[in-house]
Amino acid sequence: MAQHTNKRATTQAVTANRLTDGDVVYFTAAGDWSLWLKDSQVADGKEDCAKLLASAQPAVSAQLVIDPYLFEVTVNEGEIIPASVREKIRMAGPTIRLDLGKQAANA
Amino acid sequence: MYRYDEFDHKLVQERVTQFRSQVARRLAGELTEDQFKPLRLMNGVYLQLHAYMLRVAVPYGTLSGPQMHMLAHIARKYDKGYGHFTTRQNIQYNWPSLEDIPAILDDLATVEMHAIQTSGNCIRNVTSDQYAGAAADEIEDPRIWSEIIRQWSTFHPEFTFLPRKFKFAVTGMHTDRAAIRFHDIGIEVVKGTDGKPAFDVYVGGGQGRTPMIAHLIGKAVPAGDLIAYLEAIMRVYNMNGRRDNLYKARIKILVHSLGAEEMKRQVEEEFALVTEQGIPFLPAAEIERIRAYFQAPAYETLPDTSDALDAALAENRRFGDWVKTNVAPHKVTGYAIANISLKPVGGIAGDASADQMDLIADLTTKFSFDEIRVTHEQNLTLPFVRKDDLYPLWQALEAAGLGDPNLALITDHIVCPGLDYCALANARSIPISQKIAERFADLDRQHDIGELKIKISGCINACGHHHVGHIGILGVDKKGTEFYQVSLGGSADETSSLAEIVGPAFTEDEIVDAVETIVETYLDARENDERFIDTYRRIGKAPFKEKLYATH
Amino acid sequence: MPLIKNGSFADDEWVSVGDEDDLPSEGGVIVSLTRWLAERDTLLGRNTPLGVTLAAGEVPDAIVTDLDRLQLVAVQFPIYKDGRGYSSARLLRERHGYEGEIRATGEILYDQWFAMARCGIDAFEVAEGTTLAAFDAAMNELSLVYQRTGDGRPTVMELRHKSSD
Ligand code: SF4
Repeated sequence: MAQHTNKRATTQAVTANRLTDGDVVYFTAAGDWSLWLKDSQVADGKEDCAKLLASAQPAVSAQLVIDPYLFEVTVNEGEIIPASVREKIRMAGPTIRLDLGKQAANA
Repeated sequence: MYRYDEFDHKLVQERVTQFRSQVARRLAGELTEDQFKPLRLMNGVYLQLHAYMLRVAVPYGTLSGPQMHMLAHIARKYDKGYGHFTTRQNIQYNWPSLEDIPAILDDLATVEMHAIQTSGNCIRNVTSDQYAGAAADEIEDPRIWSEIIRQWSTFHPEFTFLPRKFKFAVTGMHTDRAAIRFHDIGIEVVKGTDGKPAFDVYVGGGQGRTPMIAHLIGKAVPAGDLIAYLEAIMRVYNMNGRRDNLYKARIKILVHSLGAEEMKRQVEEEFALVTEQGIPFLPAAEIERIRAYFQAPAYETLPDTSDALDAALAENRRFGDWVKTNVAPHKVTGYAIANISLKPVGGIAGDASADQMDLIADLTTKFSFDEIRVTHEQNLTLPFVRKDDLYPLWQALEAAGLGDPNLALITDHIVCPGLDYCALANARSIPISQKIAERFADLDRQHDIGELKIKISGCINACGHHHVGHIGILGVDKKGTEFYQVSLGGSADETSSLAEIVGPAFTEDEIVDAVETIVETYLDARENDERFIDTYRRIGKAPFKEKLYATH
Repeated sequence: MPLIKNGSFADDEWVSVGDEDDLPSEGGVIVSLTRWLAERDTLLGRNTPLGVTLAAGEVPDAIVTDLDRLQLVAVQFPIYKDGRGYSSARLLRERHGYEGEIRATGEILYDQWFAMARCGIDAFEVAEGTTLAAFDAAMNELSLVYQRTGDGRPTVMELRHKSSD
């Protein structure tokens, strides 16, 4: 399995897939889930990241999402950017079908 | 082709009801994801990067026109207007919602299709030769035996929680288009001593992290013994296959650690005990019943040559190229086997849009006795086309972007979904395939290079068959960046060989040049009309390696 | 753990005894295969019902000659994915003609009961809260089978040729 969590990374956000349709979602500051990375809550440092992940967990037993996990991001002038190719693709959609996935809505 | 009777229908419908209740329990919170996962996997539902994925079984790669229409309908109604044909001769939908899957299964059941055992550690969809029933030297149509195995393996109570997934491939002749030596069990129909069909049984082939070529352990197993023999292999594997390590759990590892001789001995011992019990596996009448479904279609008596074909060949060069690469000889005079490339330059290997599926369904109803085959190389085949009809068939295909004359050429790749879809991927596969295809887009050049099979996987699981590519490309992840490792000299046919890694991996920007260097090296060394694989086998890895890494 | 035997809830009259534990003076006991092999004679001297647990991967070969003295064989499923017990159960029932109780223990899913029953298992340790209705439903989700096992159900192939006779 591809390594998609980085325990040492400092700045991270929480993502999961939505139970009903599997769509990619991000955990927000308001404590709910958004389809858009820009809405996500970002945490710095090991402790805060662990806290963020913990606060996302109740959504699992509430049958909202599957398997939430932390992933590394950078924040550049307010824009949240995933560090890995994998998370960039999850955020946008397949790189070979720009008409599909979330990128389709942006286009 | 096989048609369900009342029993097959009932069982598939009961399975849909069962799965519908499992989905309902999950959505109602009665099942956790951990509890639900094994259940959804038993019915081909994965969770990928962007969404769920549903894998629908196409038993031994055979589809009828109405079935293909249904696949198109599902793509439109529940998905995003396309489907992906895989090396398991199945079709995958990349965007279904979990809530819709029971309804999709209902629709599939109306055309005798399902997603049963398309994942999980069970016996998976049986694959076969796409030229079954149409190839000249066939001993018998392998689909008869594939169907028998399909039924025997469906909900087999003892073999549903095996150490790992289990794949069968069956071919009806020695020429191997089904890669039987790279399956857990590969079966070749041979002539038994009594002149009747019997089976050579190969065990322990596979790709993945530890690629291996299967060993022939059962020679000319008689038809009446086949299921007992398979049951013996499965039991030896179920009891003795490793369960402590995911990567050592396939039967190939068991065969490797026991040695083929010892495996054979254990299977024969178990087989003797199984037959002693006298369990009736397969009434002779049942073999005849299934055989009857695979009788030849109502061929016309035709001359061997076709004036219409000759005229079209004289007139249209691209059609001529297509006939050269995509059309294969048929066992019946006046007929041909037509292959539809799902590898247009710039496209996505194995993908077909709903409109394309509908068109192909209509074309096969019109031109090929209503049958379509899915190939493990991710193309489609119309197995029974009159030579007279080849040109109108091709024209219709060409108009829909399906007329590329590139079968088995350097732009016809096996490509796994890779990091664009797959949750297990290390790197993308599809864009690499597209870039290589663009570089070699020129048809004259493709035809000059000749048969060259490139196979690309996005991770070590090798769904893109890179171990058996003439050129194999494996995506690897180095600190979050995609790299591509090249291997050479693999082959999935009856001359089976595993590709050898040629050296350090290339970056995304270097990989296409690397392929070109390999091709140039081959063209320089080629003698007469040697294929790439022949040249490679003659000169070995060294000259390629030298050229590839000379400038580094 | 509740026990479903032959389709209904049953009292568990057996005690599983660990390899180091003392044997209770009376009542049926279930011991591991290891203990059975080590203390076979002592155990056979007891005047109580006897049972042996086959851990995953243990074949019945070592107890074949004792089967007529054993009222119960427990087949263990350490995790639901470990399917070796299906083979063990079939071998007991079909090859060795065992007629006593074959009990499935360990991690078993709702959706596995039917296949287990087809392999000859007739007693199931089930999770607290399991209802008989759920058990019956699971046993009847699929009404047809393609393989002959010791449960004697006619296969689809057999039904086909019967109906066309
Ligand atoms: S080879 Fe790897 S990346 Fe490609 S489909 Fe298989 S698991 Fe996914």
